[in-house]
Amino acid sequence: MLAYTIRRLFQSGFVLVVMSLLVFAGVYAIGNPIELLVNPQADEVEKLRATVALGLDKPLYEQYIVFLKGAVTGDLGKSFVFGTPALTLILSKLPATLELAFCALFIAVCLGIPLGLYAGLKPDGVIGRSIMAGSIVGFSLPTFWVGLVLIMFFSVHLGWLPSNGRGETVSVLGLQVSFLTWDGLTHLFMPAFNLALLKLSLLIRLTRAGTREALLQDYVKFARAKGLPAGRVIGVHVLKNIMIPIVTVIGLEFGGLIAFSIITETIFAWPGSGKLLIDSINQLDRPVIVSYLMVIVFVFIVINFVVDMVYSVLDPRVRLGGGAGGGH
Amino acid sequence: MSAVLTVDNLRTHFFTKAGVVKAVDDVSFSIERGKILGLVGESGSGKSMTGYSIMGLIDAPGRIVEGRIVLNGQDITSLPMDQWRKLRGNRVAMIFQDPMMTLNPVLRIDTQMIEAVLAHHDISKAAARDRCRAALVQVGIPSPDERLASYPHQFSGGMRQRVAIAIALLNKPDVIIADEPTTALDVTIQGQILFEMQKLCRESGTALIWITHDLSVVAGLADEVAVMYAGKIVENGHVSAVLDKPLHPYTKGLLESVPSRNVKGTPLKQIPGMTPSLLSIGNGCAFRERCGYRSGECEVAPPISHPYPDRGVRCVHPQA
Ligand SMILES: Nc1ncnc2c1ncn2[C@@H]1O[C@H](COP(=O)(O)OP(=O)(O)OP(=O)(O)O)[C@@H](O)[C@H]1O
Ligand code: SF4
Ligand SMILES: [Mg+2]
Repeated sequence: MLAYTIRRLFQSGFVLVVMSLLVFAGVYAIGNPIELLVNPQADEVEKLRATVALGLDKPLYEQYIVFLKGAVTGDLGKSFVFGTPALTLILSKLPATLELAFCALFIAVCLGIPLGLYAGLKPDGVIGRSIMAGSIVGFSLPTFWVGLVLIMFFSVHLGWLPSNGRGETVSVLGLQVSFLTWDGLTHLFMPAFNLALLKLSLLIRLTRAGTREALLQDYVKFARAKGLPAGRVIGVHVLKNIMIPIVTVIGLEFGGLIAFSIITETIFAWPGSGKLLIDSINQLDRPVIVSYLMVIVFVFIVINFVVDMVYSVLDPRVRLGGGAGGGH
Repeated sequence: MSAVLTVDNLRTHFFTKAGVVKAVDDVSFSIERGKILGLVGESGSGKSMTGYSIMGLIDAPGRIVEGRIVLNGQDITSLPMDQWRKLRGNRVAMIFQDPMMTLNPVLRIDTQMIEAVLAHHDISKAAARDRCRAALVQVGIPSPDERLASYPHQFSGGMRQRVAIAIALLNKPDVIIADEPTTALDVTIQGQILFEMQKLCRESGTALIWITHDLSVVAGLADEVAVMYAGKIVENGHVSAVLDKPLHPYTKGLLESVPSRNVKGTPLKQIPGMTPSLLSIGNGCAFRERCGYRSGECEVAPPISHPYPDRGVRCVHPQA
């Protein structure tokens, strides 16, 4: 287990370096930010001065080395626009994004798994069919459009929910969160639901398919043959098996939630890192873009690691090392 | 002696889009305490569905449409589902064909065993665990404590089937239905398990229904045999009587195609043709397309007749 963890850490480090290289080259290719940064009236001399000051006069590989040197000490460069460290800037916005993503995940899991289970148990009933139809709709509607419709309906038409911002926040362990205040919750609900919709649909379909497949397995029939109550057959025998693929997908999709939050944050003016990224791309604020992507890669690596751990808890066949000996 | 289980004119049909599949169509038999009934027939003849019917495990689109299943004098076909559940795994247990598939891969053996006890008895978990340990010892599994803490993938196929048998034995049922439990195992293990099951049932007085497509297995194991074809029992009687003197052309054909019963060097006979689709049998004897003794009378479904005491045959031209 320890050896495995160490190997994983090395792999993760390698992935980070390769990603940084790709991101750096990619962002370099977008264009020269100097035109956007200096006053349009500025003359060539001033432009040159700014270029040198930002280190943009050096060749790409030198810029990369400077970046790497800083990166190992946790310094990912300063924002061209704000002049503050890019990482600090992102980390200050990240909690809002994470809160949004976690809430969306919470909604998707708490609704998706029970609905999918129900649809899998009663695939031919009216409710089962309706759930599936709903999930197809949720799957095919574009996120931004749903977001706009939500705003039109709940904010403009009914006036029930605010359409932008985080609302009132409270500080928990030094992080500002919205979900603990009523005002914050009302602000959180629509963007979280908007972000959750796609994953909710995905989870419904996945759970339904898994349930239907599990129900055909001999172990379910055997569990029933033992005379177990239906609740235990479904709640333990079926659910524990279908949780394996579900946890994997949840893990992978959580990264996607953070990435997709860019759209939702833009629509609902949610002050998270997605919105920061869009602003930074508009201004070609390279250090912020690079740092954002590095942070996202890092989050992905952490998620994958956690998923693997949970996976090995759920599925004894992949449990690493350990386990009772004996037959095979 | 009175029968512990009697099945009377059981019909289990599947209502599919293509038509009604009569998987079990007028099946009757009974079995006494401590006796073994061999239920023989080729693939698709309705053996498993007969077993599932007795367990109350027929799922839509299937349904028991007619008949009675009487267990210990109680007609269980009319019981509400939750009361049938209380008998399942308790008074009547079932073992399936593929031991690799019957145990839940993500649950430990103790979880899967203890729940089977607790579903029927209001006892402590520790007491249930003791009972599970005893059942494992009974089926010949060494170091049961270690085994209880293992997962199914840590067992061989033969060991897994022993665990499944131990689970079936847990609540000391009156009847065990064993649905080809040794087909997926290699021959030596098959022999051991057959021998042990026979012994366990004789000792405990449990009646055993042994489902198989292999007549030679039945020969050494069962007291009675019932031969199924296309959802119907076409012949039944005491094992030695049926094997010595098969009355039904299908049983005859089956016996002639068993390798060990033939003289060395002579080619094995085979029953010509294929099992008919259950949807296209129409009226008449289901075996008529493949039968060498067929005549005009076979176009009407033959009833069961009893040419000898304790023997039944569903054929208008029983062989002698
Ligand atoms: N869900 C279903 N829908 C339609 N027909 C079904 C269904 N389940 C079973 N059947 C039919 O019931 C018949 C009997 O099946 P059963 O499983 O009892 O056969 P079997 O004798 O156990 O065969 P095998 O030796 O292959 O296990 C088969 O012909 C099958 O086509
Ligand atoms: S009833 Fe006729 S067709 Fe059927 S087995 Fe007997 S002889 Fe053959
Ligand atoms: Mg079968």
